[in-house]
Amino acid sequence: MTEITELGVAAIRDGVAAGTFSAVEVAEAFNANVAAAQDALNAFIVATPEKAIEAAKATDAKRAAGEALGPMGGVPIGMKDLFATNGVQTTAASHILEGFVPQYESTVSQKLWDAGAGLLGKLNLDQFAMGSSNESSHFGSVVSPWRRPGSNAPLTAGGSSGGSSAAIAARLVPAATGTDTGGSIRQPAAYTGTTGIKPTYGRCSRWGVVAYASSLDQAGAMARDVTDCAIMLESMAGFDPKDATSLDLPVPNWTAALSGDLKGKKVGIPKEYRVDGMPAEIEAIWEQGIAWLKDAGAEVVEVSLPHTQYALATYYIIAPAEASSNLARYDGVRYGLRDLPDGAGLQDMYAATRADGFGAEVKRRILIGTYVLSAGFYDAYYTKAQKVRALISQDFAKAFEQVDVLLTPTAPSAAFALGESNDDPIAMYLNDVFTVPASLAGLPAMSVPAGLDAQGLPLGLQIIGRPLDEQGVLNAGLAIEGRAGFTAKPGKWW
Amino acid sequence: MSVDTATVAKIASLARIKVSEQELEAMVPELNGILAWVEQLGEVDTSGVEPMTAVIPNTLRLRDDVIDADPLTGGDKRDAVLANAPAAEHGFFGVPKVIE
Repeated sequence: MTEITELGVAAIRDGVAAGTFSAVEVAEAFNANVAAAQDALNAFIVATPEKAIEAAKATDAKRAAGEALGPMGGVPIGMKDLFATNGVQTTAASHILEGFVPQYESTVSQKLWDAGAGLLGKLNLDQFAMGSSNESSHFGSVVSPWRRPGSNAPLTAGGSSGGSSAAIAARLVPAATGTDTGGSIRQPAAYTGTTGIKPTYGRCSRWGVVAYASSLDQAGAMARDVTDCAIMLESMAGFDPKDATSLDLPVPNWTAALSGDLKGKKVGIPKEYRVDGMPAEIEAIWEQGIAWLKDAGAEVVEVSLPHTQYALATYYIIAPAEASSNLARYDGVRYGLRDLPDGAGLQDMYAATRADGFGAEVKRRILIGTYVLSAGFYDAYYTKAQKVRALISQDFAKAFEQVDVLLTPTAPSAAFALGESNDDPIAMYLNDVFTVPASLAGLPAMSVPAGLDAQGLPLGLQIIGRPLDEQGVLNAGLAIEGRAGFTAKPGKWW
Repeated sequence: MSVDTATVAKIASLARIKVSEQELEAMVPELNGILAWVEQLGEVDTSGVEPMTAVIPNTLRLRDDVIDADPLTGGDKRDAVLANAPAAEHGFFGVPKVIE
């Protein structure tokens, strides 16, 4: 029999329901993998083996009583440490929230527990989800389970959901939550040979998710295949009156309608995504993806998204602006860290607490955000960026008059080594060049593993869909998955 | 547009983040690098374009005017609210002296 930890969401759920193995056996198997990998990969900030066992026992009891199990029944998962979990430390990988124990449960995590999932632990990430490599975590970088052949150099698992992507690739969890503000689900998925989907903005509630940039933040599912992502996303999504931007729409049964047959579908190839200096391997995998989608019955046409080149700069005004406002809440008064220098007043306490509690990249973004929102600069920067954002969104709307989905590479390269580009903020920002535009437009988008580069590192392809058309995205993803036959996994060195 | 040390000090003070002289020195070129880079948006003709505020058309809802409509976010949660406070006393958040 296949080792339990090689199984995904659907296989575990079905196996538990059929009695092939118990939910407790599943939880124990993954708990063991989590513990064994912690020192090497640093994917978890907190492991919660007892929580996983507790949920598993409840599932086994339900089954014994003849009750129906939920769509995630018996599946233990990892939870990005940006989701508030009742009674379990939630830090956003920051010092300022170190030791913070929420007294409530985020809507998304609650929905997953209601669907029968259990908690293996809280996953590491870039601090406050600000980063593309997981190097900004207060709890140390996540190390990818992937390595270049013959080299021990630690590689990035991507960011900000790098703990999630590393844990899935290393078989520490069958699936994990992620959040995506500018690519934080898709880019880590591409770097680790895993699959991740960010739904339409508003599909998943943001209530109880530590805020970074509220007009962009969206929770999503990460797993080892498209079907597992669909199952998990169905459990996560849904209207929540506690989130003002939550979409009051029924959640479609994406899993039931999954089909890799793209007959009659049109796929757009945005020509502006062919950037100068793109590695030949990225070009090649993109061409390969086009061939796969044609083979699945789709018609492929070139489209133009003329404002693509301005997406990153737009994002790096809007996201820091929103972050500077959101992160104003960390003041040392109500929760988290407090630094009170001798004889200090309230203002000194705020300044000392925030200086000590935030990392360098977080401070950088708060300062940029404060500046672009300040009197005299607001219109020149922030309003201007919102106008360009409108144009970027219109580009997509025009393209979707012609095509059903878009196909692009997920990232401009394979995973880079830790420390390779963290001294230049803008070089780091460029890792998200292909993912940011869809975020700005609030569109559903996913990354599926497509192949390996010459060094044996995974490369991903991105599918972007119309607003609310997660189904179209998942189906195109399934078509690629079926043809890519991606079964590569990192060799176990830890 | 570029920033100098005095401007960054002012922004940091607005953002309530204490920065040392050394940090200021390092931040000025970093912030200027980012600001110079976003300057490219000036090339885009945005005349007549409405700034985008919502990515997906959505109307802001009002909740029913009912006390504790959602028990999760309703009242009577004092102990839970104070549970993570660095200095809670007598059912309140403790802060350093505000009035001289």
